[in-house]
Amino acid sequence: MKVTYFPGCTLKNKARDLDEYARKSAEALGITLEEPETWQCCGGVFTTANDEVATKLSSVRLLKAAAEAGQPLVTVCSACHNVVKQTNYAMANDPTFADRVNRYMAEKTLYTGDTKVYHYLELLRDVVGFENLAKAVKKPLTGKKIGAYYGCLLLRPGKVMGMDDPENPRIIEDLIRALGGEVVTYARRNECCGGYVSAESPALAKKNSNLIAENAASAGAELLVTACPLCKYNLEKNGSSVPVVYFTELLAEALGLKEDAND
Amino acid sequence: MQRIGVFVCWCGSNIAGTVDVHAVAEALKNESGVVFSTDYQYMCSQAGQDIIKNAIAEHKLTGIVVCSCSPRMHEATFRKTAAAAGLNPYMVEIANIREQCSWVHKDMLSGTEKAVILGRAAIAKVHLNAPLTPGQSPVAKRALVIGGGIAGIQTALDIADAGFPVDIVETKPTIGGKMAQLDKTFPTLDCAACILTPKMVDAAQNELIKIYSYSEVSQVSGYVGNFDVTIKRRARYVKEDLCTGCGLCTEKCPQKKVPNEFNLGMDNRRAIYIPFAQAVPKIATIDPDYCTMLKTGKCGICSKVCTAGAIDYTAKDEYITEKYGAIVVATGYNPISMEKFDEFAYSQSKDVITSLEFERLTNAAGPTAGKLLRPSDGEHPHKIVFVQCVGSRCDSCAEKGKEYCSKICCMYTAKHAMLTRDKYPDTEVYVFYIDVRTPGKAFDEFYRRAVEEYGVHYVKGMVGKVVPQGKKLMVQASDLIDGKQLHIDADLVVLAAAIEPDKSARPLATMLTASMDTNDFFTEAHPKLRPVESPTAGVFLSGACQGPKDIPETVSQASAAAAKVIGLLCKDHLTGNPCVASANEMLCSGCSQCANVCPYGAITYSEKEFRMPNRTTLMRRVASVNPAVCQGCGACTVACPSGAMDLNGFKNNQIMAEVDAICRN
Repeated sequence: MKVTYFPGCTLKNKARDLDEYARKSAEALGITLEEPETWQCCGGVFTTANDEVATKLSSVRLLKAAAEAGQPLVTVCSACHNVVKQTNYAMANDPTFADRVNRYMAEKTLYTGDTKVYHYLELLRDVVGFENLAKAVKKPLTGKKIGAYYGCLLLRPGKVMGMDDPENPRIIEDLIRALGGEVVTYARRNECCGGYVSAESPALAKKNSNLIAENAASAGAELLVTACPLCKYNLEKNGSSVPVVYFTELLAEALGLKEDAND
Repeated sequence: MQRIGVFVCWCGSNIAGTVDVHAVAEALKNESGVVFSTDYQYMCSQAGQDIIKNAIAEHKLTGIVVCSCSPRMHEATFRKTAAAAGLNPYMVEIANIREQCSWVHKDMLSGTEKAVILGRAAIAKVHLNAPLTPGQSPVAKRALVIGGGIAGIQTALDIADAGFPVDIVETKPTIGGKMAQLDKTFPTLDCAACILTPKMVDAAQNELIKIYSYSEVSQVSGYVGNFDVTIKRRARYVKEDLCTGCGLCTEKCPQKKVPNEFNLGMDNRRAIYIPFAQAVPKIATIDPDYCTMLKTGKCGICSKVCTAGAIDYTAKDEYITEKYGAIVVATGYNPISMEKFDEFAYSQSKDVITSLEFERLTNAAGPTAGKLLRPSDGEHPHKIVFVQCVGSRCDSCAEKGKEYCSKICCMYTAKHAMLTRDKYPDTEVYVFYIDVRTPGKAFDEFYRRAVEEYGVHYVKGMVGKVVPQGKKLMVQASDLIDGKQLHIDADLVVLAAAIEPDKSARPLATMLTASMDTNDFFTEAHPKLRPVESPTAGVFLSGACQGPKDIPETVSQASAAAAKVIGLLCKDHLTGNPCVASANEMLCSGCSQCANVCPYGAITYSEKEFRMPNRTTLMRRVASVNPAVCQGCGACTVACPSGAMDLNGFKNNQIMAEVDAICRN
């Protein structure tokens, strides 16, 4: 299966691991990730400025490129995924917004929100299937106590993301199980790490991050797995007692694709 | 040719105020077949009815048309009048010139014109009327109550009290239902067991009541007065007639690790068990999922210790069939699963419990002998948070919870909060609510007592998250009145889970052809005026299977259902409605369209042999209507593509004749 793949800016810089292991794993699972020749930042701030158009245009161009290639669009970063899906939802369901965007872009064909957007996790669940994934695992993560850390952006708003129940999610837990790891469930797994607040009020972000890490540690987690570069940044910067890795890294490790696997 | 009499009623000024009744009577005189036409002030009065009777005799009338109020009002009256004068009651037609004419028109001219047209249509129909005779079917004088909770028990007791035999079918090994698990009952705080167990014993001792415990209904056929029901008696591996309920087996059974469902899994029972001390019938049951003897053939201890010789490892499920005149559904409710509400950490901490679990924790016969102790460490909780509406009134989360209000939670939460403060004054108690809904006799006073006398902290707002941390439960919530976030380090969190109909209700509804709403509650025949009857004749509703209900309401409805059943069973025969559908087999193509639309399951199909030319025969599938089940709604006559279905009293040609008469200039 061929899909249009959008890594996003962070994955080209701070979160290279997230990108690299996503590509390797996809190849091993028989999915071709096609990165568009040109792309821009997703826009990054949909929810904080949802009444204007300019910051969403790059997402719309990306969605349109996928539509023209006749492929679904796959994202990995929680924030990109959130922005792209919200933009796509607005293009499909908000005619005023869609009209403004299409006029602004002034392209020959209109875009009406037809592209199917997957988060990489959804691709694993809905296209590959966790059962098939479990069969492809070469080095199961046996004995590893892993806590899923969803953060706030990956699943919310629940109706628009259409991915999992934001209050009681299970998609990352199911992935951990498919990879042979032991799931540790803890209450704060879907709480916000502090996000961009870390720029303005580092103390608040620290408090949030620490609450999450402590909760995970007290539940017995030895490793946290996330899809979000900002979550990883905040948790690590604020001295999380539990190491944090990207889900793609865990995936690549279980598929036997990680060269320096240290198990 | 019919000899038709027309009787135009004034209804005081109700009709005569807007319709020129003399003119109507005069105009209808000219219609074909009309040999007599008159008007009178109150046709339904004795004098009015005498006019009709005399005219029938004097003019040898074969059909009559009464131009009056709606047939819902007085059709039965005028049919009786006709019958008293020797005319078949189905030769009477009503032209509704009140609700559908005089009451909706202001102008005398147009009102009169319309009344004439309506009268003309009725006359056209009478021309095609034929005498009809209602059939009769006998009534089996025995009732079936499905479900042995307080609803089923009360219904059965009341029916038996009137002298009719009644059987209770209960899936659990004992009757008693949810009420048997409760500690105290609001608003009077009397002990649930103290008021329930005497009724359970009454039911068991009543000679007219037969209890089929550990059993379920597996098949229903027939119709009102004549239901044939197959009851599956699950193998309990203990002979009911021999077991004395001594309980020795339940003490000696080596399989000790079976979650005790009566205490909601908070402690264990043995593989052979009696659910609780006052169980009715007090007979042991072997749980085949856990019994070592049944699984591996190696054990047999219960058999050795049983002095009555009641153990029978070779028992099989048995099926019995019985005839019933009426069926009462009393299948009750269950709290919904908390699986999808893990923001309250139900699966993460033993100290997050449901209200029913709290009920067992405070019950003297419960796992802690009535001491309120944390399930995790057996310590006394000092701070308790009650969360109301967990899964109820969920309009934004309908896929997780229920859109409706579960109705009983506000009151039992107030009860839990009050009893906790009463018994353990050192405990701080918080109740989070969306609204407090306590209408009912002495209910609001009860809730206010919890707040005012017992110092329970009622907070308007919902709990967003419960985080287990060490021995504490960190509760994050919002206080909507103060507009602030609350963080409470609780020792115990109690969730008032929404309630839903028992899972057995849906398949049962299919067997009974009784209708349900989208939440799987049984639908009543009329929400206000026929609240204890199902639209399916002979099927009655008792308790929470029809909607969330507390005990007082359940018992009222249970007795109401019993009264309806008694009314039915008192009759030796049921007079049917002759206005039922029938299939013209020559036209029927066996397509099943009619059966698909029939809401009552009255239509069946059979292969029938038809004679064809040249002495050949042909087997064809044709529809037939069971007149005892048919309610005469007419859905099939509209659905039938070949016009084979016709409804007595409302035949296709009668309806068309009415339409023609209305359209005639």
